[in-house]
Amino acid sequence: MMMSFGSSRARLLALSLGLSTLAVGVAHAEMPGLELDGDAAAGKKIANDRAKGNCVACHIMADAESPGAIGPALIAMQTRFPSKEELAVQIWDATAKNPEAVMPPFGKHEILTQKEFADVVEYIWTL
Amino acid sequence: MKTRRGFSTALIATGLIGAVAAPLLAAAPEEDQDTFQTYFKTRFPNVPEHDFVNGAYALDPVGRENWEAIEEFPPYETAISKGEAMWNEAFANGKGYADCFPDGPGVAGKYPHWDRERGMVITLPLAVNECREANGEEPLKYKKGPIADLVAYMAYESRGQITKVEIPSDDPRAIEAYERGKQFYFARRGQLNFSCAHCHLGNSGTTLRTEILSPAYGHTTHFPVYRSKWGEMGTLHRRFSGCNKQVRAKPFAAQGEEYRNLEFFLTYMNNGLELNGPGARK
Repeated sequence: MMMSFGSSRARLLALSLGLSTLAVGVAHAEMPGLELDGDAAAGKKIANDRAKGNCVACHIMADAESPGAIGPALIAMQTRFPSKEELAVQIWDATAKNPEAVMPPFGKHEILTQKEFADVVEYIWTL
Repeated sequence: MKTRRGFSTALIATGLIGAVAAPLLAAAPEEDQDTFQTYFKTRFPNVPEHDFVNGAYALDPVGRENWEAIEEFPPYETAISKGEAMWNEAFANGKGYADCFPDGPGVAGKYPHWDRERGMVITLPLAVNECREANGEEPLKYKKGPIADLVAYMAYESRGQITKVEIPSDDPRAIEAYERGKQFYFARRGQLNFSCAHCHLGNSGTTLRTEILSPAYGHTTHFPVYRSKWGEMGTLHRRFSGCNKQVRAKPFAAQGEEYRNLEFFLTYMNNGLELNGPGARK
């Protein structure tokens, strides 16, 4: 019997969801109270640095060449997020809102230092 | 002594119950395989089924043109010749690989397989090294070098065979090995928090910067591979290891249980596809 595409996909997703739930549960799961007063110019450099933010690997972003297509374009951020804090939470750990999010948890997994994190948030908030 | 024994028996009992219960809860391997293959065929309706063995080149006409130009003078040809010489050269004891592989070098289609007696997944590189050791030769390193050459020759001689991994449903340990491989595939790992599936299932065909993420359907058919990024040949477990490092996870040992189980799961998902190794990739 052939399964429909929708249910196949949902089942695969459910499968990976169940497994990934096991992997979650590290310290710093929630974003600590941070001063979100970073330096946007420094943040732009970090956002473009392959070894750091590397946002362009997945997102279209102003002044960045050869963007990937995995995530949404980083434009009109202030209309898409109600506050800078909400944006920061998303970059800290995108799986908090959506457990299946692919985006690496830049804050939670200490991919960026807290200063680098604040700088990136400041920059992305300007886009 | 007595206490220890009692303790370990309890552990074994728990393990057995787990092993028996797990397959009842999870989908049967055949169902997984159907779901997996249907997913890719639906996601890429314009890719003929037999073309999935060509990875990202099945999706990208420009990349395919470059790749086809490379294939005119295949970069893996030297490896095949070296591998053939290895196959024909006798060990110090006068025997050779043909004594371990009586059906000849074209046997890649029989691997990986479940060894019921030993209760483990046997891969082709593992069988090669066990042959060497049984004949008093040093084992080869598993990720690159001579083993990649020999396996390239064997893969070449196996071209056209069909992937046909069997998971004996009457052996709970085989199901367990398969389930572990599946869990590995879908589990997030590393600082970047990606599972294999995040890139090669859910986001296959999209781009990471300018690179197309290849579909998992077709991943096992063309190894070992000459990878331009490496500038040399590498085995499937070398690629697993590289993927784990890319997500900033600690890689597992090549031919260790984790990667052998992963190969078992992934190759089973690719059942029905033609073997086309060795391959060339960016």
